[in-house]
Amino acid sequence: MSVEATGDGWRGVAAEEQDHLSDRVSLLLRTRSRRLLGDLLRPHRRGMALLVAIIVLSSAAGLAIPYLVAVGIDDGIPPMLRGGGPGTLFVIVAAVVAAALTQALTRQAFLRLSGRIGQDILLELRRRVFDHFQRLSLSFHEKYTSGRVISRLTSDVEAIAELLASGLDGLVTAVLTLVGTAAMLLLLDAHLAVVALLPLPLLLLFTRWFRRGSSVTYRRTRETVALVIVHFVESMTGIRAVQAFRREPRNQEIFERLNQDYRDANMRGMRLVAVFMPGVKLIGNVTVAAVLLYGGWLALHDAVTVGVLAAFLLYLRQFYEPMQEISQFYNTLQSASAALEKLSGVLEEEPAVAEPRHPAALPYAKGAVRFEAVEFAYPDGPPIIPALDLELPAGQTMAVVGTTGAGKTTLAKLISRFYDPVDGRVLLDGVDLRDLDEAALRRSVVMVTQENFLFSGTIAENIRFGRPDATDEEVVAAARAIGAHAFVAALPDGYDTQVGKRGGRMSAGQRQLVAFARAFLADPAVLILDEATSSLDVPSERLVQRALRTILADRTAVIIAHRLSTVEIADRVLVMEGGRVVEDGPPQRLIAGAGRFARLHRAWVESLA
Amino acid sequence: MWAAAVLGIAAAILTPLVGKEIIDGPVAHGDQDALLPLGLLALALGVAEALLTFLRRWSQAAPVLGLETAIRDDLYRHLQRLPMRFHDEWQSGQLLSRATTDLSTIRRFLGFGVLFLVMNVLQLTTVTVVLLRMYWPLGLLVAGSAIPVIILSNRFEKRYIRISRQVQDEQGDLATFVEESALGVRTIKAFGRRRHVAATYDGLAGKVYRTSLEKVRLSSRFFTFLEVVPNVTLAMVLLLGALAVGGGWLTLGTLVAFTTLVLQLVWPVTSLGYILAMGQEAMTSADRVVEVLDTVPEIDGGAQVVAEPRGHLRFEGVGFRFPGAERPVLRDVWLEVEPGETIAIVGATGSGKTTLTALVPRLVDVTAGRVTVDGHDVRDLSLPSLRSVVATAFEEATLFSMSVRENLTLGRGDATDEEIRAALEIAQATFAYDLPWGLDTRIGEQGMSLSGGQRQRLALARAVLGRPRILVLDDTLSALDVETEALVEEALRAVLADATGLVVAHRASTVLLADRVALLQDGTITHVGRHADLLAEVPEYRALLAQDADLDQEEALR
Repeated sequence: MSVEATGDGWRGVAAEEQDHLSDRVSLLLRTRSRRLLGDLLRPHRRGMALLVAIIVLSSAAGLAIPYLVAVGIDDGIPPMLRGGGPGTLFVIVAAVVAAALTQALTRQAFLRLSGRIGQDILLELRRRVFDHFQRLSLSFHEKYTSGRVISRLTSDVEAIAELLASGLDGLVTAVLTLVGTAAMLLLLDAHLAVVALLPLPLLLLFTRWFRRGSSVTYRRTRETVALVIVHFVESMTGIRAVQAFRREPRNQEIFERLNQDYRDANMRGMRLVAVFMPGVKLIGNVTVAAVLLYGGWLALHDAVTVGVLAAFLLYLRQFYEPMQEISQFYNTLQSASAALEKLSGVLEEEPAVAEPRHPAALPYAKGAVRFEAVEFAYPDGPPIIPALDLELPAGQTMAVVGTTGAGKTTLAKLISRFYDPVDGRVLLDGVDLRDLDEAALRRSVVMVTQENFLFSGTIAENIRFGRPDATDEEVVAAARAIGAHAFVAALPDGYDTQVGKRGGRMSAGQRQLVAFARAFLADPAVLILDEATSSLDVPSERLVQRALRTILADRTAVIIAHRLSTVEIADRVLVMEGGRVVEDGPPQRLIAGAGRFARLHRAWVESLA
Repeated sequence: MWAAAVLGIAAAILTPLVGKEIIDGPVAHGDQDALLPLGLLALALGVAEALLTFLRRWSQAAPVLGLETAIRDDLYRHLQRLPMRFHDEWQSGQLLSRATTDLSTIRRFLGFGVLFLVMNVLQLTTVTVVLLRMYWPLGLLVAGSAIPVIILSNRFEKRYIRISRQVQDEQGDLATFVEESALGVRTIKAFGRRRHVAATYDGLAGKVYRTSLEKVRLSSRFFTFLEVVPNVTLAMVLLLGALAVGGGWLTLGTLVAFTTLVLQLVWPVTSLGYILAMGQEAMTSADRVVEVLDTVPEIDGGAQVVAEPRGHLRFEGVGFRFPGAERPVLRDVWLEVEPGETIAIVGATGSGKTTLTALVPRLVDVTAGRVTVDGHDVRDLSLPSLRSVVATAFEEATLFSMSVRENLTLGRGDATDEEIRAALEIAQATFAYDLPWGLDTRIGEQGMSLSGGQRQRLALARAVLGRPRILVLDDTLSALDVETEALVEEALRAVLADATGLVVAHRASTVLLADRVALLQDGTITHVGRHADLLAEVPEYRALLAQDADLDQEEALR
């Protein structure tokens, strides 16, 4: 697959899944990343300027040391040999110490300041991305798996942290050392400097070769490790099925092959460095030998002093050491820019269900829901709901039945504004849902689904999730009302029991009861139950149903259920088929008739036997 | 590899000595003829050093990467063997970071850190020895400068360990929170709690921020200290060396060589800090990996195989208790399932039904009594043998990122097309043929998404395809609508006719698949019998299954 060279196909997170990007798209993506980077750096302009000043000072002090040593040898020693005092020498030694201390202090200041700026940027980036993910609509999260969210907020953010923490420092120091050293050499002796700097173009060419090669191996490494990760995570989350179906040997085979590919990619990377680093060293050492020869010859003819020769040898050492940093820097830079590309893509995604600019006021919702010519379809998909008009008076309990794919869940998601209609509008008490701010909407409409997600923490904390200011008594009362109190009270720590990883220490039915109590405590005007009782055993379901009669008495409710037992408490039944309402009326009347619901009901009664 | 490393250092140390010879020899005495050979010697040494470095780096890639790859393979193999109990407690993200980040940290340290550490120490000692031999008073001074470095490194290391572990832990907490809020995004949205969640995240991120800053401050102090020491030493060498030259105890060439050598020490000493930090992190990583590798798989296969399985299943006084739990989940369970018979397990939420079924394929092990298949204790059977006799369809249908066909043949790679079709028909899952690429359509996290009901039907087809002697169905039909459920049940009846079945049931309709029903109450089986009999005789059973009991009537009875 490749992104079209025209259009907006590259926008948002789309480019993440592409194997090949056209040059134009890569350019656009790079611009986007740079914009984000600029955005993040802008508040720190002053700090950055200060950093540059500090590091220039630091490098200057560092560079001065070999020079001062040379001066010491040339100017400090001869007077003493002539029988003079060590005065000059003392001055020079003092200067060396001063330079060393200056370098140390500025270095420390640099590390601290750059560390702080880096951490500030990271914190800002973390907050921004996290908040944006939470803001993005459900339709986004349905496509963008949780695994990807997690890797954006962990490994990608860490890649940028790595760049900020060590990469930049290394590069800046290396470049300054390179430039400063060259300047010092020219200052000391132009002739000898030309010899010493002659290999520089060669070095630059060599570095460019390395950069190209490393960007290829880097990409290969990322690709192979991604496959290792996907396979690993999948087999660990599905380990129950893996073990039950003896999948281990085949899994091991696949994993070892992927791991081998990853190894090969790493091998290429390491071998590339194995050529590059000694190559740099070779160029450096040959230069040192040439300087020794030429400088020795010059010294022989008194064209340079011994001190200058010594300084040259010292500087050349410094000149080639930082190349190591540069090779490291490329990897850090590449992973950071890949990360930046993805993060900027996420931030570019617009929530499909956006908050209104000028929210309408709805201090207290009565719970009247109206669908006006509502049409819904997924992008590029056939209509799920072609055109729906529906009036749900406040306080009514409506059951929705129909086969899988009839559009029941879509209906629920439209009322709770997880989706927005493509056409038409959904109204709550006469206000378009799109005009309500999030707080008002969520206070009024709550949906309980089959997947009862519990957060790690205690049972009480989970029940309180929808209304954090509820008292302990209210929490217990909610649990009691829904029939969850008995099992919670029987637990060793009662309401303070930790639910464990994603509620893993509780059975599906127990989780569902807690989720019910949570929704009940939130006390919404409109309550939507989407298959919310499917994991309960019959006695619990009966308890919940009995509770529902009281709970739903004064609020609007939409109940979606496969099991018709739930339907019995409804004032009204809606039978859906292919996104349309095919039957609508009180349950008794529909049962008495000869329609779909009557048939379903008969089949269900028989199944109870 | 090590030979190349040592020779490389030797070459690096010798080069300044040649410089000394040039300054003290040809330059001092105006001996032009000696210049060229010495210069060429320096060249040869330089080339040799580069060549040796290349050899070292090139040859070290294979063993270091080989080690990393081997450990990762082992880790994966080990994790696949560890029982469900282990996996229930460990987030897969935690395991992943061990298999990737931690192993890479170890690799970097081994490929880079250890070598540099050894080389640095080697270089430091050799250079010091050379310096001592050149002019011992100055050499002693340089050697002495190592003392504060060693003392401070020690102190720094302890604090650095503490703080980097704290950063790691806090980052772990942050990652866990991210994971939870990504998985629970529907719930967060349903209750409009975005701001609350963001505030919690901010708190955790702020913690990481503060600890990271503390870490930066600590290392900035230490790293700068490491830079100051060699530079101050250099100044001292210059001072005392110059005085010595002035006094005629030292030649100028020796002083130049001396300062060059001392300057050569700056990098090894400075990098010591980084390497020590790296070593620390590698140690922590190694601890984390070993923690997993050292977990003993409590469930290990025996040696026996069931040659001709008949499917005779017996629970003999079975008990199960989570470690540290007060009350057992199961106690004194006795149950016999004859070959070909199907038993339904009925019980309230949390009565231990799922645990009971997990005992058969040994996803968990009994803590009392035993489970036997055809007279063999399941713990004496080899795992492949046992698990080919028993197939399970779980309530949560797990599908992997591969083709439908591969997902179905998980338990039996040699299944024919006809067998696959039969299994799909039983599970009412022939929709699989209508997917874009039919059975070769990729599904799972990385592929096409299927509805809960579709997933359950495929998982059921997978279990039936194995044609197992013992079929365990753990509330497999919960996500199906009533009509599909009826069709699946009809087809299952044929499969269960000749296989031994253990079916967890919530609904009367599912119970009717079974010949007999076992009622599980408070972790033990209280009644076994036919559905109609239990319904008539056992009130608890009726309460659990008699869905048609009219609510009002029941309320009136209270």
